[in-house]
Amino acid sequence: MQPLLEARALVKDFAHIRAVDGVSFSVEPGAVMGFLGPNGAGKSTTMKMLTGFLRPTAGEAFIAGHSVEGAPIAAKRRLGYLPEGAPAYGDMTPLTFLAFTARARGLADVAGAVRRAVAATHLWSVAEQPIDTLSKGFKRRVGLAQAILHDPDVLVLDEPTDGLDPNQKHEVRSLIRDMAAAKAIIISTHILEEVDAVCSRAVIIDRGRIVADGTPASLRARSRYHNAVAVTVAANDAAAARAAITDVDDVVEVEVAESGAAAVITALAKDGRPIIGALTGRLEDKGIRMMEIAVDPGRLDDVFRTLTTSEAGSDATQEAA
Amino acid sequence: MMFTGLCAVFRREFMSYFATPLAYVFIVIFLAFAGIFTFYVGGFFERGQADLAPFFSFLPWLYLILTPAVAMRLWAEERKSGSIELLLTLPISTTAAVVGKFLAAWAFTGIALMLTAPLWITVNLLGDPDNGVIAAGYVAGFIMAGAYLAIGACLSALTRNQVIAFVLTVMVAFLFTMSGLPVVLNFFSSWAPALVVEEIASFSFLTHFNAISKGVIDLRDLVFFVGMMAVWLFANVIVVDAKRDGA
Repeated sequence: MQPLLEARALVKDFAHIRAVDGVSFSVEPGAVMGFLGPNGAGKSTTMKMLTGFLRPTAGEAFIAGHSVEGAPIAAKRRLGYLPEGAPAYGDMTPLTFLAFTARARGLADVAGAVRRAVAATHLWSVAEQPIDTLSKGFKRRVGLAQAILHDPDVLVLDEPTDGLDPNQKHEVRSLIRDMAAAKAIIISTHILEEVDAVCSRAVIIDRGRIVADGTPASLRARSRYHNAVAVTVAANDAAAARAAITDVDDVVEVEVAESGAAAVITALAKDGRPIIGALTGRLEDKGIRMMEIAVDPGRLDDVFRTLTTSEAGSDATQEAA
Repeated sequence: MMFTGLCAVFRREFMSYFATPLAYVFIVIFLAFAGIFTFYVGGFFERGQADLAPFFSFLPWLYLILTPAVAMRLWAEERKSGSIELLLTLPISTTAAVVGKFLAAWAFTGIALMLTAPLWITVNLLGDPDNGVIAAGYVAGFIMAGAYLAIGACLSALTRNQVIAFVLTVMVAFLFTMSGLPVVLNFFSSWAPALVVEEIASFSFLTHFNAISKGVIDLRDLVFFVGMMAVWLFANVIVVDAKRDGA
């Protein structure tokens, strides 16, 4: 399938700092790509280049086949963008602001487009108040409404749920999922649960470089907790259970956490191999009663931390040397 | 398409003057000073002549301070609030955005200028003025305001701080206003060739404005102001575009 959004070896230098260092990816219609990374990793800078706000030092971005630098108007016509912090014209109301965007985009049915965007983002209650006076959550939704107003093929959303309460987050995520079918969507976030909630793919960026790219499940499989088994037993069985589990095949490490009368014993699997069968068999053989048992699919935060701190560590040692 | 984008920017920008007290404060101050200069400082009644010469002779100085205040927000405010990121990722060319914003500011100062019409009516009630000369004065005032605003728009794009934009613009506009007067020319005439001094003098807003407002609409004076606007707006486009490299 022809990708709707493509980054080809994007590089961005600011004075003496290389903020983005050779970022490439493409997003097909129907895909929602989560763009993850610590603060300052280059997420926003990459998005600013994708949308044509910043000029790349090297590399190129394409929207629906149009080069963002070569044919900016054609590319931007197919793009909806929510910049970082959801900026807007504070002295305007959501209605006048959205009407301005619709007009600037040359839409034939300005009123209709505004009405649909306001309805989709539930802005009716504040539609005629100056944007400056709105809460952070409403401002974010105004930004989102502006981005989806013209039903674009490509959506670039920089932290779309930042500052929203759990209900609003849920709404925005449903909205993104509903729109996903025919669009290519990128959302940047540092909320890892969001990746599970809406993304079909996650790209992790650190110090301007992509360090991981895959489905949320495949990333999770890289976690040391992938296929780990957590067994809850009575506290007085904990020592016996630990001893029994330790020498099961492919168990590399056993962690014990006691809480009151129960203890949770977590066995980490070697290279994420399945260990649940052997482990429960062993405990049954020893006659240890299991109160609860769970297989860990792996933890994204664990993968995130491993991938985005290792390089920083090695750099620090280089500087010290 | 260029035109739809330009119109949308113009409309938004024009309305935004009236969304804040800025427009009203500007208009009130402009009219108050126009009145003070014409009637008190300019000695409108004492002169016993039915014309608006006192008003037009002070207009450049009034514009020198007030038009930078109208222009300073054009780009600096967008940069400060981050809305520039929205504006520049809309399917609008930078030129359309620059021209749309400039025209909005120009139309706004045009309205303020039109509100001085009671002065014009007053001289017609009191005497029998040469209305052709007065009309020429208004034309000269309007296009000179455009030149000041183009300078202000361009310098506003350099910074996210409106105060800096204002001060820079007053400074540059002051040089252009004064460049025909001895205070500036003496500085150059001691060492620069006469040709250069003449060249500097020819950039004087005052000289060109006075020529038109005396009722002599010379194409060269009009071309001067229109050229000024074109050059500064072109520079404005370049500044906005250069900022895309990140700063």
